[in-house]
Amino acid sequence: MEFIFTHLLSLILFIPALTGLVIVFLPKDQIKLIRWTALLASLIPFAFSIVLWINFQPDVNGYQFVEKYSWYAAIGSSLHLGVDGLSLTMVLLTTLLTPLALLASFNISDRIKAYMMLFLFLETGMLGVFMAVDLLIFFVFWEIGLVPMYFLINQWGSANRNYASLKFMIYTMGGSLGLLLAIQLLGVLFGTFDLVVVTEKWNSASGLLLGFPIETVKAVIFWAFVVAFAIKVPVWPFHTWLPDAHTEAPTAGSMILAGVLLKLGAYGFLRLVLPLYPVQAEHYAGALAFLATAAIVFGAFAAYGQTDFKRLVAYSSVNHMGFVLLGIAAAAKAAGTLDATIALNGAVLQMFNHGLSAAGMFFLVGVIYERTHTRNLNDFGGLFPLVPVYGGILIFTSMASLGMPGLNGFISEFLVVRGSWPILTVYTAIAMLGLLFTGAYVLKGIKNVLHGPLNEQWAHGEHKLTEINTREIMVMVPLMALILIIGIWPAWILDVINKAMMALF
Amino acid sequence: MNFPVLSIVVFTPMVAAVLILLMPANKRNETRSLALAAATIALILSAWVYIQYLVNGMTGYQFVEEYTWLPALGMNLIFGVDGMSAPLVLLTGIVMFTGVCISWGIDDAHAPTGIQDRPREFFAFLFILASGVFGVFASLDLFMLFFFYEIAVFPMYLLIAIWGWVKTREYAAMKLTLYLFIGSVVALVGALALYYQAGFNSFDMRLLETANFSEAFQVKWFLPVFFGFAVLGGIWPFHNWSPDGHVAAPTAVSMFHAGVLMKLGAFAALRVGVMLLPQGAQHWSWLIMTCAGIAVVYGAFIAFVQPDLKYIIGFSSVSHMGLVMLGISTLNRNGLMGAGVQMFSHGVMTALFFAVVGMIYDRSHTRQIPELGGMIKPLPWAGIGFIIGGLVSMGMPGFSGFVAEFPIFMGVWGRQWLVAVIAAISIVITAAYIMLAIRKVFFAEMPANLEGHISPLTFLDKVAIGLLCSLMIGIGLFPSLMVPMVQTGVDNILRLLGGV
Repeated sequence: MEFIFTHLLSLILFIPALTGLVIVFLPKDQIKLIRWTALLASLIPFAFSIVLWINFQPDVNGYQFVEKYSWYAAIGSSLHLGVDGLSLTMVLLTTLLTPLALLASFNISDRIKAYMMLFLFLETGMLGVFMAVDLLIFFVFWEIGLVPMYFLINQWGSANRNYASLKFMIYTMGGSLGLLLAIQLLGVLFGTFDLVVVTEKWNSASGLLLGFPIETVKAVIFWAFVVAFAIKVPVWPFHTWLPDAHTEAPTAGSMILAGVLLKLGAYGFLRLVLPLYPVQAEHYAGALAFLATAAIVFGAFAAYGQTDFKRLVAYSSVNHMGFVLLGIAAAAKAAGTLDATIALNGAVLQMFNHGLSAAGMFFLVGVIYERTHTRNLNDFGGLFPLVPVYGGILIFTSMASLGMPGLNGFISEFLVVRGSWPILTVYTAIAMLGLLFTGAYVLKGIKNVLHGPLNEQWAHGEHKLTEINTREIMVMVPLMALILIIGIWPAWILDVINKAMMALF
Repeated sequence: MNFPVLSIVVFTPMVAAVLILLMPANKRNETRSLALAAATIALILSAWVYIQYLVNGMTGYQFVEEYTWLPALGMNLIFGVDGMSAPLVLLTGIVMFTGVCISWGIDDAHAPTGIQDRPREFFAFLFILASGVFGVFASLDLFMLFFFYEIAVFPMYLLIAIWGWVKTREYAAMKLTLYLFIGSVVALVGALALYYQAGFNSFDMRLLETANFSEAFQVKWFLPVFFGFAVLGGIWPFHNWSPDGHVAAPTAVSMFHAGVLMKLGAFAALRVGVMLLPQGAQHWSWLIMTCAGIAVVYGAFIAFVQPDLKYIIGFSSVSHMGLVMLGISTLNRNGLMGAGVQMFSHGVMTALFFAVVGMIYDRSHTRQIPELGGMIKPLPWAGIGFIIGGLVSMGMPGFSGFVAEFPIFMGVWGRQWLVAVIAAISIVITAAYIMLAIRKVFFAEMPANLEGHISPLTFLDKVAIGLLCSLMIGIGLFPSLMVPMVQTGVDNILRLLGGV
């Protein structure tokens, strides 16, 4: 017991990867065994993160459950793990979504061993980013996560997967090149990658660096960081990899991609960009807000224009993640004020909420795709009477995405807008108009699938549409429950987030 | 420590080569078993040296053995390893062992794999080559270093010209040998200049390190010495022999060639050029950095457009060896340490690459990427090996390539930030061509003419792939398995550089 409590973070971090290694040795034809091993093993980190959540003390500043192991002593990097309220929320999201995604993958039987392994490695990669308190470790996990995701899209994706997976890989690697170089420079300057030390020293650095005034260097590196994270979020105009990757990825891959991977970018903004570059962030907050607003508005328009159901949901991610960046931009502009803290609370909660609703939406698209083998919205129509339960769940989840009061999306978007309004009034106003189109595309999706004249081919014959099954409902139940709980009583999670934001900024 | 482990390591392959030549020509499997046994001994002993050095936290030159050879001229047989060379001795042992493993092959008249044509002579030459390489890494005597250097180059000619790819082997063998001989002659002239200038009447490099050559002398002689050796390291613009040589060579020789021979050049350039002429190195570091920077980016771009798998790996070697040179040119702690690790990491990685490409070529008789596909099904081990090698090659964290490249870049930041920024482009280019190659060769649909013709790998093939992969992952996850040791070697170099 003692061991578990002192090594909670490393257990959460490495159990998925170790399970992945165990799966290598399972017999190839025991499909059920492999599935259940993966699922049950991924529930352990989830259980541990609940323990983490319960034992976490929101009132204490700084990182908790800290663990530090020597890793690359020669250049001053160590495996330094820790969580604060921000990372804790993200860890919980990741460990919650991974078992659900694995459960959603139970219909996959093609090379199930490799599939489950990659998925579990992916979980370790994502968790490592959220737990890292060392810049180099952050980068290590940031990059490692790419590999399993690439192969998941490339091997289990749909028709255009080669193009989409390579685009995803090259886009992200190219984007993180600046981040890599910047981290190297920081490492050379300070001889350590420890986040706390680097932040402190970097903010008090002055004079000349590489022959340039330090402000110039900081501004350049600021943008190197911003581009790396903006691609991941993704922020307009760096979002073009996302619709392709999402559309081609297998259902569970899309769930994790939208649910967690996009959050890595936003997390990077909060964990690294704002603390390391407060001055630059304030200076360029307007530009960030512009990009955020563009993402919100264009994302909504683009989503409305889609005829592919999955692409529609993919663009909705651009739209929703725009609110996260808007909150971040507002906080950058007026760090320390009450409005900024409200905006940040909204941004972080929006990260969590979007994780739930986007994962849910992608899963629901997957459910209907598996039965009809089409994602074309024009091929559906009037399906509600055929699949009432599925229809109900789809409407519920869509409403969360739309921002219906009483569900989680409303709380976080309202907080972002409320916090940003006094700081970035014009952008916020435009973004709120963008909300209108959010409503439009969500309703378009519902209308084309569930309502209108029934497309007869799904009503009978060999293509008769079957109702959502128990396993699939089991995937949705935890998501819907959380969507509702946060919508009605957000205090339990906002308390943790709020105290972290107060401490950080 | 009286057990002469290094001389056993150096001469085991030589003795084995003689014994192999004495075997009757028709005892093919016995010949191979003998070769494998000798390679295993060399591997175990070199691993023993490495582990002893690492675990006991040794510093400086260790396992030193001295034998008089031609004392009147100051030429003696002196062996010893430091933190820089011990990993390379281990690397040679690994490449030798895996090279024998994958050359065993299947002795099938219809679909032979590995080396089935005159294996006796092949292994004999290969082992002479291996002895030469071990000798260079272990020699502390400048003359002996040259002696072994030439021993390593010469069998290469025969191995490529006789067992190489029919289309280009004569051309490539000639080109390679001429390039390397010219390089080594230039370096030899420089080395003789060192010998006379120092006036110790000794080629002992430990002694020459203390010679205090005048700065003018160092500046004048650094270039021939360094670049003479660096030709073998594939430094731009003298890299031209290397991709041709890689492509024409039979698999095990390509592994040796890219895996250890290129390190021979980089290592000798470091040991003789930088360590004996430190002020010259400081004076000319900008030139090396420029050449290396060009090699890194240029090699990656050329690799990107090659349709032949072996040319891809060949040019990627130019790019990666450019990183080694880049690390050396920084002359600071991070850069040199990264260069040391990169030599090992790249050696293991390209040995793996060439092994896998050889396995595919033996079975499909083509290396043209457009003509390949779907290899993951019949050859899963080869596929996973190639993917892991690819991830190392693109510097993915968690693999040894990252552990090596990251400090190299940090070192470059400390000297000239622009070079770091430009060289970093190669990472993305590498990712692109590796991913494209993996996708086409292993996952695309298999061409109809190959269907059913791909025989499975042998047990020894899998042993080789498994060993090479686990080394790259091991060092990637636990850098401390190698880094502290390389650091002691770097400390020694920094001391000679005057604590720069």
